[in-house]
Amino acid sequence: MNRRTLVVVGHGMVGHRLVELAVERGLTAEWDVIVHAEEDVPAYDRVGLSSWFSGRSADALCLVADGFFVDPALDLRLGDPVVSVDTGSRTVTSASGLVTPYDALVLATGSTPFVPPVPGAAGPNRFVYRTLSDLSQIRAAADGATRGAVVGGGLLGLEAANALLQLGLQTTVVEFAPRLMPVQVDEGGGQALRRLVGGLGVDVRTGASTDRIEDVDGGLRMVFAEGEPLDVDLVVFSAGIRPHDALARSAGIDVAERGGVLVDEACRSSAPKVYAVGECASAAGRCWGLVAPGYAQAEVVVDRLLGGTREFTGADLSTKLKLLGIDVASFGDAHGETPGALELVYSDPVAGIYSKLVVSDDAQRLLGGVLVGDASPYPVLRPMVGADAPLPANLVELVLPARSGAPTAGAAGLPDSAQVCSCYDVSKGDLRAAVCESGCTDVGGVKACTRAGTGCGSCLGLVKELVATELAAQGVVMSSALCEHFALSRAELFEVMRVREIRTWSQLLAEHGTGRGCDICKPVAASILASLGTGYVLDDERGGLQDTNDHMLANLQKDGSYSVVPRIPGGEVTPDHLLVIAQVAKDFGLYTKITGGQRIDMFGARVEQLPPIWQRLVDAGMESGHAYGKSLRTVKSCVGSTWCRYGVQDSTTLAIELELRYRGLRSPHKVKMAVSGCARECAEARSKDVGIIATENGWNLYVGGNGGYRPRHADLFLTDVDTETLVRTIDRFLMFYVFTADRLQRTAPWVETMDGGLDHLRAVIVDDSLGLCADLDAAMERHVAHYSDEWADTLADPARLARFTTFVNAPDEPDPSISFEFVRGQITPAAPVLIAGPTLQLVTS
Amino acid sequence: MTWRAVCLLDQLPVERGVCALVDGHQVALFRTGDGELYAVDNRDPFSGAMVLSRGIVGCRDGQATVASPMYKHVFSLATGHCLDDAEVSVSVHPVRVRHGAVQVSLREETRQPA
Ligand code: SRM
Ligand SMILES: Cc1cc2nc3c(=O)[nH]c(=O)nc-3n(C[C@H](O)[C@H](O)[C@H](O)COP(=O)(O)OP(=O)(O)OC[C@H]3O[C@@H](n4cnc5c(N)ncnc54)[C@H](O)[C@@H]3O)c2cc1C
Ligand code: SF4
Ligand code: FES
Repeated sequence: MNRRTLVVVGHGMVGHRLVELAVERGLTAEWDVIVHAEEDVPAYDRVGLSSWFSGRSADALCLVADGFFVDPALDLRLGDPVVSVDTGSRTVTSASGLVTPYDALVLATGSTPFVPPVPGAAGPNRFVYRTLSDLSQIRAAADGATRGAVVGGGLLGLEAANALLQLGLQTTVVEFAPRLMPVQVDEGGGQALRRLVGGLGVDVRTGASTDRIEDVDGGLRMVFAEGEPLDVDLVVFSAGIRPHDALARSAGIDVAERGGVLVDEACRSSAPKVYAVGECASAAGRCWGLVAPGYAQAEVVVDRLLGGTREFTGADLSTKLKLLGIDVASFGDAHGETPGALELVYSDPVAGIYSKLVVSDDAQRLLGGVLVGDASPYPVLRPMVGADAPLPANLVELVLPARSGAPTAGAAGLPDSAQVCSCYDVSKGDLRAAVCESGCTDVGGVKACTRAGTGCGSCLGLVKELVATELAAQGVVMSSALCEHFALSRAELFEVMRVREIRTWSQLLAEHGTGRGCDICKPVAASILASLGTGYVLDDERGGLQDTNDHMLANLQKDGSYSVVPRIPGGEVTPDHLLVIAQVAKDFGLYTKITGGQRIDMFGARVEQLPPIWQRLVDAGMESGHAYGKSLRTVKSCVGSTWCRYGVQDSTTLAIELELRYRGLRSPHKVKMAVSGCARECAEARSKDVGIIATENGWNLYVGGNGGYRPRHADLFLTDVDTETLVRTIDRFLMFYVFTADRLQRTAPWVETMDGGLDHLRAVIVDDSLGLCADLDAAMERHVAHYSDEWADTLADPARLARFTTFVNAPDEPDPSISFEFVRGQITPAAPVLIAGPTLQLVTS
Repeated sequence: MTWRAVCLLDQLPVERGVCALVDGHQVALFRTGDGELYAVDNRDPFSGAMVLSRGIVGCRDGQATVASPMYKHVFSLATGHCLDDAEVSVSVHPVRVRHGAVQVSLREETRQPA
């Protein structure tokens, strides 16, 4: 049978979703899909576009799974836009001159940013905010600039303002309407938002109409209908979007009065076999500027091509965003336009919280709402809109402060039909089915199975909650128990051991555990005991609790050998120490590499070589770098004011002092820090658990950053403080983390999931709201006073050295399984040799 | 059955392992808190590295276990079965104490050809 051809114009979010669905639903069994893309990169997450500024790479934003377009039914033509459509001969022509016949055509050309037609709107240093290429141009222009303005105070405008702020620009938002986000929030919400945004240092000019933009002395001058002009280095226009319907217009396809390819409920345009989806389409009476309705339209088109009858009749325009760290959510009938609608308003101008719920005239149904300053009830409230279920009696409590536990009650009350994830249209019933019928046993499984939570992520909290509830109902408890031996979480265990002064594993197990422990609880106990100051980590029973890395005070490598990392505080190292490292590496035949943490790693040491290697290093005045421990790793530094012509403080000295202060501190996971000597941030401090950036007046402290799996920029915690305040705050931050975090939880997720967030953290460690600071300070004092180098302690005691042999019965025998090849003049592990004998048995039956 | 003495009981730390070289074969020896001794191959089948003796000893559902330090797979010390992957197991070897000395008897099929 003849294969048919589907041509998709535009490879944006919706275009790509359509291609994915074509594969998933089996359309490609009979259809070839040809995609013409204007941009020269494949579809990416435009919703998450701004995260590019906070370090998310273009690769990470890409929506296309590896190998996706290898499918022979698919053909992606990047950087080759379609320039004309001939609906008579059913062909499209691309910029490169390719003429492609189609059996069905889908327009998914998105929209274009609207630039108000004021004099001077075009020219250098004027930008829009839509594509990766726009963003890289903005970043280039921001380099060396000091002031920027965003025209448009809507959702995208504020997002752009956030970006300018992150780029270090003094930022002004210019909005024509009398309030920010006029489309989403009401007057009260707009006021709360304005206060919050102003508090972050963004200037807000509402009711300001830009008259013209002039080029003045290498900068730009914005002149308004009224009021002072504004001088800036660059302007970003974010004053709305217009459907990209030019292609359809020139092909004679009907467009809506206010733009957008006019389509029916099957997403069909006026031309035969031509569909339109996403932001370029005017469907169910309007253009939808969000991705979820576009995805729903893509479903309809694929379904129709397969002979189905799906329809698009409208969608939810709810939005939740965390702009500049401010929660804003607006959902359903936010403006109370339904006849007879009643409004419940709670407003706390001091705390910067504004909540409004819109309910039906009989107060029986939730119609919509606006939340500013605290949007945590949003995931529970949104699905209640349009759900055919009575409102919970505690509805109002949901938006009042101190509603601890309330959202859970709300989640349980949702009917199965309530839509939990609007990005992928997943209902509560779908989530339950994933657990009950598809046998998913955790949140990860449910996400993979339903895709819920994998879009904008705003529903994730609710998804977790519902999955946990459902698992509990199935008798599967997602408990916080550490493992089968302890019913307590790490934080609870810490508290018990601290308060009840439990200082041995036997006592802990006898009083609070069962069985003999395992590889999960033992290292946790070892870490807590070390944090509580029980001394040398391998003495008495504690040796048995440690992971192999801590047990050998070195890092295990893939071939069973170990690596050795001496501490190089702040990355500063003398030529003499370099010579020692070089000589040790030569004498023991070790591979050397500069690590990502500003120090030197020596690889390929056998167990019995560790003591003589360390003897040499310790003799030369070096000490353990704790690369093996869940403890402080490095405090990275830049050269700072000592050498650098831009440095404003001595970052190197501070980094060294901090590294020496916190070295050896055992914690729930590893801890990394960095100190930069000025805002250029060469030490990459904002990617660390604790980051410090020098200012003219002192230091800015950032906390909760992370590289690794899930990069996160640290949050600003203190501004312009002196060294004493800085160190005291870090002491408390670290100790509070040690006291309360989960096992293997870095500070980033710890801060993110903390009830009350940064404000709570600040209350506890700055304002001492829990009366805990004296304990935290004392614990850190004790750590600093009792620190002693683990390797020096090991070498001083023959009993401690006994464990560093490979074979208990042949202490002098080197491990024959460790052997090396030479690559680029150094050793590397030899390719594994199959050991004779059936060491790997297959278990049958 | 050939028993080889490998070390004194005192040389086996409690709740931890050591490795012994028995006729050229690497055997991981464990002494658990309840006084039991176990001997299994030292080779971690998942990584091929000779490291099981350096894992953390513990129990799961009442069975004595060791967790490989490489990728944390847990093995039953009594049966050698990997409790995280039913397809995989390691050899276990008879072990006993005579006159304060720990003795191991390599399982026949493990012996290297002379
Ligand atoms: C040696 C080094 C790579 C290098 O050659 O440069 C390295 C090597 C390892 N890293 Fe790393 N990481 C090294 C710098 C980093 C960095 C960069 C940095 O510290 O500035 C990061 C990202 C920053 C961060 O942690 O936020 C990094 C993020 C990770 C992660 C992911 C952590 C996360 O929170 O997502 C792991 C896995 C883990 O810890 O669970 C990891 C785990 C590992 C382990 C321990 C994997 C393992 O279990 O065997 C590697 C063995 C270390 C060893 O010495 O044998 N390594 N690792 C670097 C040692 C730095 C040092 O001097 O101590
Ligand atoms: C910064 C930012 C933040 C956003 N945040 C959110 C949010 O939080 N929530 C939300 O729901 N939505 C958000 N959106 C909107 C969301 O990104 C869009 O709704 C979504 O991308 C629409 O998908 P689309 O495929 O219709 O259009 P697009 O993703 O814009 O894709 C259209 C593609 O078609 C290409 N194209 C145009 N003409 C042609 C042609 N002739 N030939 C070939 N290719 C062509 C374009 O180059 C583009 O790549 C945000 C948008 C931006 C810019
Ligand atoms: S990035 Fe991966 S491979 Fe490289 S050192 Fe870190 S953990 Fe090892
Ligand atoms: S609502 Fe966006 S991922 Fe679920």
